[in-house]
Amino acid sequence: MSGAGAATADVIIIGGGIHGCSSALHCRLRGLDVVLIEKDHVGRHASGVNAGGVRQLARDIAEIPLSVHSMDIWHRIEELVDDDCGFTNEGQVLVAETQAELALLKKRMRDLRAKGFTHEELIDAAELHRLVPAVAESCPGGVVSRRDGAAIPFRATQAFRRKAEALGAVIRDGERVMEIRREGTSWAVFTDRAKYVAPKVINAAGAWADRIAAMLGEPVPLEVIAPMLMITGRMPAFIKPVVILRGRKLSFKQFDNGTVLIGGGHRGVPLRDENITVLDWAKLAVSARTVADVFPIMRTAHILRAWAGIEARMPDEIPVFGASGTSEGVYHQFGFSAHGFQLGPGAGSVMSELVATGHTNMPIHALRIERFRENAVARSSEDME
Amino acid sequence: MKTIAAIEAFADRYDLAIVGAGPAGLAAASLAVAHGVDVVVLDENASPGGQIYRAVTSTPMTRREILGEDYWRGVELVQEFSGSASSYAPSTTVWNVARGLDGDSLGRDFEIGVSLRGKARLLRAKEVILATGAQERPFPIPGWTLPGVMTAGAAQIALKSSGLVPDGHLVLAGTGPLLYLVAAQLIEAGASIRALLDTTPRANWMSALTATPGFLASPYLAKGLALLRMVHRRLDVVGGITALRAEGQKRLNRVAFERAGRRTELDCDLLLLHQGIVPSINLSNAIGCAHDWDDVQLAFRPQVDAWFASTVQGVAIAGDSAGIAGGESAAARGRIAALGAAFRLERIGAGQRDRDAAPLRAELALLARGRRFLDVFHRPAKAFRVPSDDATLVCRCEEVSAKTIRETVMLGACGPNQMKAFTRCGMGPCQGRLCGLTVTEMITDARAVSPAEVGYYRLRPPVKPVTLAEIAALPQTADAEKAVAR
Ligand SMILES: Cc1cc2nc3c(=O)[nH]c(=O)nc-3n(C[C@H](O)[C@H](O)[C@H](O)COP(=O)(O)OP(=O)(O)OC[C@H]3O[C@@H](n4cnc5c(N)ncnc54)[C@H](O)[C@@H]3O)c2cc1C
Repeated sequence: MSGAGAATADVIIIGGGIHGCSSALHCRLRGLDVVLIEKDHVGRHASGVNAGGVRQLARDIAEIPLSVHSMDIWHRIEELVDDDCGFTNEGQVLVAETQAELALLKKRMRDLRAKGFTHEELIDAAELHRLVPAVAESCPGGVVSRRDGAAIPFRATQAFRRKAEALGAVIRDGERVMEIRREGTSWAVFTDRAKYVAPKVINAAGAWADRIAAMLGEPVPLEVIAPMLMITGRMPAFIKPVVILRGRKLSFKQFDNGTVLIGGGHRGVPLRDENITVLDWAKLAVSARTVADVFPIMRTAHILRAWAGIEARMPDEIPVFGASGTSEGVYHQFGFSAHGFQLGPGAGSVMSELVATGHTNMPIHALRIERFRENAVARSSEDME
Repeated sequence: MKTIAAIEAFADRYDLAIVGAGPAGLAAASLAVAHGVDVVVLDENASPGGQIYRAVTSTPMTRREILGEDYWRGVELVQEFSGSASSYAPSTTVWNVARGLDGDSLGRDFEIGVSLRGKARLLRAKEVILATGAQERPFPIPGWTLPGVMTAGAAQIALKSSGLVPDGHLVLAGTGPLLYLVAAQLIEAGASIRALLDTTPRANWMSALTATPGFLASPYLAKGLALLRMVHRRLDVVGGITALRAEGQKRLNRVAFERAGRRTELDCDLLLLHQGIVPSINLSNAIGCAHDWDDVQLAFRPQVDAWFASTVQGVAIAGDSAGIAGGESAAARGRIAALGAAFRLERIGAGQRDRDAAPLRAELALLARGRRFLDVFHRPAKAFRVPSDDATLVCRCEEVSAKTIRETVMLGACGPNQMKAFTRCGMGPCQGRLCGLTVTEMITDARAVSPAEVGYYRLRPPVKPVTLAEIAALPQTADAEKAVAR
């Protein structure tokens, strides 16, 4: 296709997960012409199959500002996308199972307060048992983030897509970005079907984002992972908030209909070129044992489904977010390391500001892509000493 | 045959795991073992025989004429299997089959999740044959979820395995050879049947005869006619039914039906519904085998090659789970699949494989004659596959109505997986068995595209529910321990 026949836009977004769709919507709200390109279908990957946890709780300090901004949007999500996305606000609770764990939480709390963050609240055993009566008597306390909750991932991603489309964004399902080339002051993005040209490009390609970065000569140490989840049949209602056990890699959420979602970080094996994940039942058994230990009533629950999603993880477990270090007009939005669903609404809003104005007041410096190159340089100069 | 009665009695690995002890599974096992393959047959039922020969060695219904001569043919298959060196695990649920992991990468062997008497275990096998048979096609009419309405197949299971003859007044409704077979078996067993309401569309006669003049020479004709005559002689058979409705407050009191534009009611205590059987594809779907839409049988069936090998290397699919063709054909197909597996396992060469398969293929060709007539003749009417009544429940587990499904298509759910995400249909304990085809066909109808394009639910393991305690008790591996530590 010749340059003249290529579709043009103000911004081309690669990837139709919650991040791509949220950026598409927010860019449209700023009046930018948007084309979003998705190789499978919108919501097919991490954004459609994740645990739906909407949490600020227990995040790395570097991403808390983005997370807090996102949380504000979640609380008015229906205004933004015309769908409540199944968002509920029952809070999330991090349980300390031992005094040692509690001591660590107290230390973190001091750090957070010193930096002015107030969303996490230390709770004692009494408040913990009021919030989560089913948890073992021996747990000495924990942390609650009361504005947190959960939403329905596929529905939420679709809602962003629909609203973006309703506002005029062009969304191309089933088209894969193969190549990106500089053409004058613009970027030419070649898919397996067509060519698109725009001055700005957002790389929101999830677990494949390193390949997009590589096309731009900007390699990143992205690890492809496959976090696993299990869901049970209906159980009598016994727990309201999302519960997280840090020490034992467990997250636990009961829905209104009684079904219980069990996650927490055990991983299967991703085959990203085939869009396949392989479950590791021996590790799911470890999750099951933890649940059976902590919530004995769950022993008779039936496991109805288990699955995994394909996700990008960075070595420091925080995302890559902001301008490219090599390619003018390109922005990265990936590497959410198994906790990027909550960040979707806020990241899209900040990204649209970056794309439209070139800057933002949101502190995102720690998320820049250059950190990996700087680290590598720092390491190799250490080696030489 | 080595019977496995406790989870600890399984070996860690087998050459070949066969899921299902119906005619396909039994025949495949006997032949594979004869070629020196180490086989385990896994089956949910307490005794071998599958659906068609269910409980053939243990049924209390020992008067041969009740269940019919075809049923007793199963004895031979079971005897051959019992005399073989195969391992046999009855009362065993297979809840997952997938390529296993070798450390952190995909291995060559399959990992099979089984559970027996409340305990689970992961087995390994080099090859797998799925012989999981068929299931009844969903029959979503208004009121089909009322107590007192069940499938004819379920009534037959009760009759075969426990000798249970239903009390009260019965009505049977639907289409398909099995409906008439169950009617005949229930008549012989002394049930009180008020009527058989036949929903076979009138036009099917013509299309079937023109499609397959060869039927007149087929082995099914004589058998089928004898059955039809017997049922017609002893029962009130009402043909040309165009609408059905199960009615009652807390449970079924009557069935209402329409015929030539006239509505009639019939009081009854039990309504047995049946409109044919379709391949049971839950396992092959969860494994990731490719499936095709069969426009005559109106169902998805796995793509298989001449050895019944699926598109996933190492997985073969035999018997009705590869496409409906009946019990005798299932046994022949099981044997061919076994030859394929024995070859891949290097127990026999290509020459022997092909020689031994030749007579089986000839038998299959013979059995296939006239089969198409049955398929075309018993093609259920659209009215009974795509419910037009808004209130009719499509997904029983999550209580999703026909109205909701139609509205959700309008909202943009263009396939069953999106439908699942929007409405939760198909997400209950039955794993979509009771609504999958209906949902595909309803979306097809609303979008005016082909079922092949709409597709089916992408199913996730476990394909049969297993308890958390069972998973928790899976034997621990060193790898998993490490995973927790890191
Ligand atoms: C099992 C699981 C549970 C999780 N639980 C939570 C949770 O509770 N809370 C939370 O906040 N987060 C959770 N996460 C993380 C969260 O799902 C992800 O961080 C988030 O969805 C990432 O969104 P994304 O848009 O970046 O990626 P994705 O949703 O993966 O979207 C990226 C898209 O880019 C497309 N793409 C890639 N390459 C190309 C190309 N060349 N051309 C065109 N398109 C391309 C892909 O097909 C894909 O659809 C979980 C993740 C998993 C897997």
